[in-house]
Amino acid sequence: MATIDLAHMPIRELNAALHKLRPNTNETHWRVLNPRGQHSIAVGLDAPVLVEVAGHVGYYCAGMNKQARVMIQGNAGQGVAENMMSGIVHVTGDASQAAGASGCGGLLVIDGNASARCGISMKGINIVVKGSVGHLSAFMAQTGNLVVLGDAGDTLGDSIYEARLYVRGKVKSLGADCVEKPMMDQHKAELKRLLDSAGVNGSADIGEFRRYGSARRLYHFHIDNIGSY
Amino acid sequence: MCGIVGLFLKDIRLEPELGSMMSSMLVTMCDRGPDSAGFAVYGAETAGKIKLTLRVSPNVDVESLVRRLSTLAGTSLEFVNRDTHTVLTIPAEFEAAARLEIAKDSAVSIIGSGRRMEIFKEVGRPDHVARRFGLDAMTGTHGIAHTRMATESAVTTNGAHPFTTGPDQCLVHNGSLSNHNAVRRELIRDGLKFETENDSEVAAGFMTWKMRKGASLEQAMDASLSALDGFYTFVIGTETGFGVIRDPIACKPAVMAETERWVAFGTEYRALVDLPGIGTAKVWEPEPAKAYFWDRH
Repeated sequence: MATIDLAHMPIRELNAALHKLRPNTNETHWRVLNPRGQHSIAVGLDAPVLVEVAGHVGYYCAGMNKQARVMIQGNAGQGVAENMMSGIVHVTGDASQAAGASGCGGLLVIDGNASARCGISMKGINIVVKGSVGHLSAFMAQTGNLVVLGDAGDTLGDSIYEARLYVRGKVKSLGADCVEKPMMDQHKAELKRLLDSAGVNGSADIGEFRRYGSARRLYHFHIDNIGSY
Repeated sequence: MCGIVGLFLKDIRLEPELGSMMSSMLVTMCDRGPDSAGFAVYGAETAGKIKLTLRVSPNVDVESLVRRLSTLAGTSLEFVNRDTHTVLTIPAEFEAAARLEIAKDSAVSIIGSGRRMEIFKEVGRPDHVARRFGLDAMTGTHGIAHTRMATESAVTTNGAHPFTTGPDQCLVHNGSLSNHNAVRRELIRDGLKFETENDSEVAAGFMTWKMRKGASLEQAMDASLSALDGFYTFVIGTETGFGVIRDPIACKPAVMAETERWVAFGTEYRALVDLPGIGTAKVWEPEPAKAYFWDRH
């Protein structure tokens, strides 16, 4: 295991070292000490490695992640895992605004709460929040899944496209063109798979979740034409 | 951008270290606001006395000003010079007369007053400003501070935060108000005076105006949510504590932390990392449109 102490190494050097990793690297386990709320820790990774960050991080941690598994042992600032492509980002504490923003793939797990605009403009990422999410979460969400075990704030899923939102608790209000939809068997199976992947493993009752998605009245794309794209 | 911080001590044993703790918080926020900085510190009070914080131009002879005021007051007034500012302690009943006398000199302005509050602000890098005023060595129960990246008005000392909102009250702001001209006009019509074109001064004025009309600080903060348009996080210092409020959209970042010994606010968590016991502190993001308040009583 490689241990990097950010008290003695600039973030740029850490990130440069992580960027050099090849897909077949033997250095598959990294531990980062003393993050002290600094920004852009472990961004732009593209190798199947585990990076543990021991403490609270600042903005954009694990942004643009590919393949890697980044575990933040603490809270994350704004834009954690923004634009993630693949891999797993796991926050053991709370996440600030815009967690998983514009994410194209991979899994973001937040053990605590996520504040406003969680999953804004998500494009295929799966996000599981074990606590609650703030207002305007899944704003203009295009595809992917947002699972919330707690409550959702105001205007959930405003101007949503084709993302799926599963919320166990209360939804303060739904945004424009976001509606509740029936939980079919396929959705229950999908939700179970997502919960399992986030390590929730049976402690949450699938039957307690409600599904929300697009009423498809707001955007000009018509679902019947989906095969043309 | 801009950075704001606030620190409220629960453990009186930390009071001698208030300034050094605040200084590390403020300096960390340098890169969020390199244009100017300011802070308010709530220190010891003297029964029957109030403190006036004066900003004086370099050509002013402070000692002769204090002599003149002492003669008027009929007692020798204590004062402390800190760079461009002077903190003058006067009998409370002498305040009106002192203000009249000070107003005669356009090179001197009163930027804060109260039983415990002292305000210091200047243009320049926050770490330099903190050093010039000797923040490191200041003591007290709580304080708030600001680093400014100017957007709505010029980089001047007058445009630096905190803005005072009344005796022992002041406000720092991160954000930008879009209806400040309209609100300023209404407040001027109702008798308030403004020194600058700055939006944050209007927020401070609004709080003052609401409280003059009988609102509590918390009610004034709640009222600001509907009256002030724009984006903002405010931290407001009072004689006994500080309050935090964010606009309902909450564009501006904010982090709070609490231990048994202190409560702290920072625009970013980075500002809090040197506080004692931060590793085990409760750290959270204050909710939008919700007033938070810590008080010594």
